[in-house]
Amino acid sequence: MKLPLTLLTLAALCGTSAAADWLQFRGPNASAVSTEAQAPGPKVAIDWKAELPGRGLSSPVVVGDKVFVTCSSGPDQSNLHVFCFSATDGKKVWERVMKATGRTMSHNKTSVAAPTPCSDGERIFAIYSSNDLFAFDLAGNLLWLRGLTFDYANASNSLGMSSSPVVVDGTLVVQAENDSESIAVGIDTATGKNRWKKERPKAANWTSAVVYKGAVALQSSKGLTGVNPRSGAVEWDYTDGAATIPSSAVTQDAIYVPSNGVTALVPEKGAVSQLWRASGLKPGTGSPLVLGDSIYVLNGAGVLVKAALSNGDEAWKLRLKGPFSGSPVAAGKYIYIVSERGDFQVVDTTAKEGEVVHSVELKDTLLCTPAISNGAVYVRSDKALWKLK
Amino acid sequence: MKSPVLLGLLFASGLISAASLEQPLADLRAVQKEGEGNEKATAAWQQIVKADPAALPEILAAMNGANPLAENWLRAAIGVVADQAIAAKKLPVDAVKAFLLDTKNSPAPRVVAFDLLQHAEPKTAEKLTPGLLEDPSSELRRHPVARLTSAGDEALAQGKKDAALASYQQAMKGARDEDQIKDLAKKLKDLGSPVDLPTHFGFVRSWKLIAPFTNVERKGFDTVFPPEEKIDLGATYPGKNGDVKWTDFTSTDEYGQIDFNKPYTMLKEVTGYAYTEFDSAEERDAQIRLGCKNGWKVWLNGRLIFARDEYHRGAKLDQYKLPVKLKKGKNQILVKCCQNEQTETWTVEWQFQLRLCDDTGTAILAAK
Repeated sequence: MKLPLTLLTLAALCGTSAAADWLQFRGPNASAVSTEAQAPGPKVAIDWKAELPGRGLSSPVVVGDKVFVTCSSGPDQSNLHVFCFSATDGKKVWERVMKATGRTMSHNKTSVAAPTPCSDGERIFAIYSSNDLFAFDLAGNLLWLRGLTFDYANASNSLGMSSSPVVVDGTLVVQAENDSESIAVGIDTATGKNRWKKERPKAANWTSAVVYKGAVALQSSKGLTGVNPRSGAVEWDYTDGAATIPSSAVTQDAIYVPSNGVTALVPEKGAVSQLWRASGLKPGTGSPLVLGDSIYVLNGAGVLVKAALSNGDEAWKLRLKGPFSGSPVAAGKYIYIVSERGDFQVVDTTAKEGEVVHSVELKDTLLCTPAISNGAVYVRSDKALWKLK
Repeated sequence: MKSPVLLGLLFASGLISAASLEQPLADLRAVQKEGEGNEKATAAWQQIVKADPAALPEILAAMNGANPLAENWLRAAIGVVADQAIAAKKLPVDAVKAFLLDTKNSPAPRVVAFDLLQHAEPKTAEKLTPGLLEDPSSELRRHPVARLTSAGDEALAQGKKDAALASYQQAMKGARDEDQIKDLAKKLKDLGSPVDLPTHFGFVRSWKLIAPFTNVERKGFDTVFPPEEKIDLGATYPGKNGDVKWTDFTSTDEYGQIDFNKPYTMLKEVTGYAYTEFDSAEERDAQIRLGCKNGWKVWLNGRLIFARDEYHRGAKLDQYKLPVKLKKGKNQILVKCCQNEQTETWTVEWQFQLRLCDDTGTAILAAK
């Protein structure tokens, strides 16, 4: 059937709009790189600031004109909040407050609202360190909920959990990996019921999945495993070990996994080829990102390292104002990163040795990874959400 | 059952009457583990959030005895209805207040009711606060405890030591959460009136210990050593480094830590057991609350209550809350505590902390 031109135009416009959404931890395809044409550029300033009533280091996610963010409040952080703010002016659109059914204990530095929610563009899936999971439509109607530690009583980590879910092909893939009852679950986004559940390595793990050619790549101390999102079946498996805090970077052609430094992999059904390994590239807490023909790694000393995507050879190193808990994100030629001390920094990646071309002092503790949407950058602390534009 | 036409008319009128909430509330209460009942609950939730504000007490009441998942469905619905009611100044304040004050209602919805009052009628909530000091909800107790603590601080700042002491002591009587208790204990100690914390919390501090059995490759966790098969306090068994036998151990720690390192030194890849008998004045519901950063298992009267094989990720008071039923008279409690192979300085601890209390956290003390 041929569509009228106006409809085609509308579809094209919608496509553009969708590209501006930042639907999960590290945005489109969990790549940390904005795909929208309208990049924030270097000279961003605070556009608005919205107060939050509880702790959190989850990233904001953005769907159209709505910014969603989670936090946890109360003496034991058992009050689980989901906020929807207007991206235009930061006004609260709706808030829902639920109660943790799983354990809320965590290391003091992290908090119960550590994992970033994700969205399929129609629904928000908010998950917490307690493994409580809520699905809302964009208007705030509760669609379904789960309590994964209520379901699986030993699925918890006394240091806290932080793996952010991804949504692929009508399936929400959740990792609840820990020393005891370590699992990953594929959940039907329509009903909240399991499509599959599989045992994962019995070891604490704070990494988040990336999506590569339709497969969900689950990282753990054992390596990186590609699973079919609908069935949970293993499509490929890399078993040479991997980090349990920084997650992988992904492009259309390869996955760059924090494993023995950084290892570039090309997974295919039943096999994984190794392109290169750069043992000197050592991501700290933040995950690497790929921008153009380079990979950028923020090490534990707060030094941003640029290396060639083709072979991992280092090009330059740039010391930033750290320390950092969050990951860098990018749009256009700029990398955006915020330090734990609230120093928001913009790095021009095309400068000869890299250069911090702009910074904003947010005067708060920020542990989150920024989100980018519609030419703006969003960050949050335990107390507030900012839009910088 | 309401006809679809009638339901349609009710929807058309914009608000659903209380009478029509029976089935949707039942649908929310029916949700179970692994998403069972989610589909029905989704539709039911949409009906409930259209309810007239007058239905709020009925929705709150539906939380009574509901499982935690159903509680959350209902909590979210109450939030939507209440937001609209408060905006329209239609919150049924008297009915919500009556719901709060009726302690036959479950703690969770009563906390929601108090939150609604705090939001909509802060003066009413403030007035009710002192009456919550002995409340069955530990969450509600926090409010009067905080207020009395502040009053004590103010009195102390004005040099009124006796008044401060009285305020702190009254607050301590109601306090059930560790942060408030710790704060008050320090203030009371500074005023020369120390608190018996082990009794306040209900720590079990006198045990028989036996160790070390092996836990090489963490296999001891699943190995059934003799104390799991039979409690024989006079027996000797082959242990990891030779024969082992039961020995008395009484903790002097204020927070009731049962530290295996004290009698056995800092061993690695070992398993220990602790056994005690607790005399209950009556048959009753209770909670065994445990804090432990080692692998552990707990049995009550020979029945395994819970087991967890996580090592050195952290411990805290009341880390695990295990609902149990105590029988009248002697109750046997057995704890298995496994130490692993890690050698970092933060992996030295081989200990646990256990207390018996009710749902509120009020200590249950041994009858003798």
